[in-house]
Amino acid sequence: MLDAARLRADFPLLERRENGRRLVYLDNAATTQKPEAVLRAIADYYRTTNANVHRGAYSLAIRATEAYEAARAKIAGFVNAWAPEGVVFTRGTTESINLVAGSYGRAHVGRGDTVVVTAMDHHSNVVPWQILCQEHGATLRMVEITEDGRVDLSDFGTALERRPKLVAFPYVSNALGTVNPAAQLAKLAHAAGAVVVVDGAQSTPHLKVDVQALDCDFYALSGHKMLGPMGSGALVAKPELLDAMPPYHGGGEMISRVFDDHSTYNKIPHKFEAGTPNVEAAVGLAAAIDYLETIGLDRIAEHERALAQAAIEQLTQIEGVTVYGPRGHRAGVVSFTYGDIHPHDIATILDQDGVCIRAGHHCAQPLMRRLNVAATARASFYLYNEPADVTALTGSLVKAGALFGYVPA
Amino acid sequence: MDTSPPEPRLSALYQELILDHYRRPRNKGALEGATHSVSLNNPLCGDEIDLQLRVADDVIRDVRFIGRGCSISQASASMMTQLLKDRTVSQALTLAARMSAMMQGDETAAKDKTLGDLRALAGVSKFPVRIKCALLPWNALTDAMKP
Repeated sequence: MLDAARLRADFPLLERRENGRRLVYLDNAATTQKPEAVLRAIADYYRTTNANVHRGAYSLAIRATEAYEAARAKIAGFVNAWAPEGVVFTRGTTESINLVAGSYGRAHVGRGDTVVVTAMDHHSNVVPWQILCQEHGATLRMVEITEDGRVDLSDFGTALERRPKLVAFPYVSNALGTVNPAAQLAKLAHAAGAVVVVDGAQSTPHLKVDVQALDCDFYALSGHKMLGPMGSGALVAKPELLDAMPPYHGGGEMISRVFDDHSTYNKIPHKFEAGTPNVEAAVGLAAAIDYLETIGLDRIAEHERALAQAAIEQLTQIEGVTVYGPRGHRAGVVSFTYGDIHPHDIATILDQDGVCIRAGHHCAQPLMRRLNVAATARASFYLYNEPADVTALTGSLVKAGALFGYVPA
Repeated sequence: MDTSPPEPRLSALYQELILDHYRRPRNKGALEGATHSVSLNNPLCGDEIDLQLRVADDVIRDVRFIGRGCSISQASASMMTQLLKDRTVSQALTLAARMSAMMQGDETAAKDKTLGDLRALAGVSKFPVRIKCALLPWNALTDAMKP
């Protein structure tokens, strides 16, 4: 396991106390804390480099542009993108998926066509496709999940018989932690003639990702879930697909020439980056990638698996606790319920002990319906979590049980 | 493992009476002959309530609810339905205002006997993010009574 206690010291916020207790931050699937190196990179950018990018002819603007483009190259290398120009900066996964739906989708999905998603997708990989299908007279087909929270491969195969135009799925489920066989799903979808969109919000921070090995067509990621700033993220795409796509937002930067009645567009990726971009976010995300690469994604994944395993073992020893999701092939996300105690009540009680977990539907209402629960409590781990955090979670949960009249085993 | 006792604010929040209403909700289920019904949910946490009332001559003759959610929202709904039967609409809206005041930390409201069992929810005022849970059924009531 990683020396999490030492890594924790790199994160100023984690030194805070909450409700008089040591902060136990277990909501990393929602967002992660930021190391000093990222905070410093953002401040340094504004202190030394700030100017508008791709516009100024002066040295400062050139340095800002270089920093921005270096961040793009850093992201490209991190996920083994097809080319740096196949990396479009966005505000995060949600905007990346909306870009694909609003550009590729609008151009290619028509009346009678099918778009396939899964029942474990986050709302951000469901609702953009619902809107597209409603507007274009297409059908959205939601693939079922198995009882233990994996994509039902037989239903996936049935859905592909409709020859969908596009297939979207999460690499890692935000609500269950399931690691999907993304390369296998992409291969099957391609064989059926579909373009493949992978929601990488929960995989990019926690696993070594290689989009070329996955052989998807579009891959969406969020910076804030991987130690980077809020509002940072990217769409990683096959350049030839991006190149053929119509623009998404119109404005400055994305144009080549603007006539009175029409315009020609800039090359990719700039064609999809209208307006002044969030350079601070790009620079901060690049610093986050440096930090993650120093530790190594394989070691991070192993650390989180060990914490999740320990959490599952301890939680299942508490009578009345149900843990959701598959036994194997899972990342550091543990969703659970405890008897008839509502997850929001659990979250309030844990908060008094400084333990931050998420309670609710995790932006995955179709999944919650299939699990037959309104909500779950969710603990999610990252590189700075220690075994002591797992003990704090279960200790506090026993207290929640006592308040609701459950006798500890 | 942390074995310190739950802090007093938590014990005040999760009183026996609240858990009793949560586990044995009063007036739960559909109401025959409802004249008013409103469904509200809290999209943030998923608490749901469907409040159904039978109002005649400006008096709430009967009231029931269907809902699911946390102990606070469901206990508040159960306690509310106990109080509303045979009240005039204007009396019901006065109670809603007293409930809201109690959630804002108004101590005279917390001692107001007209709130009945609901006074057990006074501790919610110490947990700002949970106030919306306690007020969900009351917001449904004020929505339903809008002319």
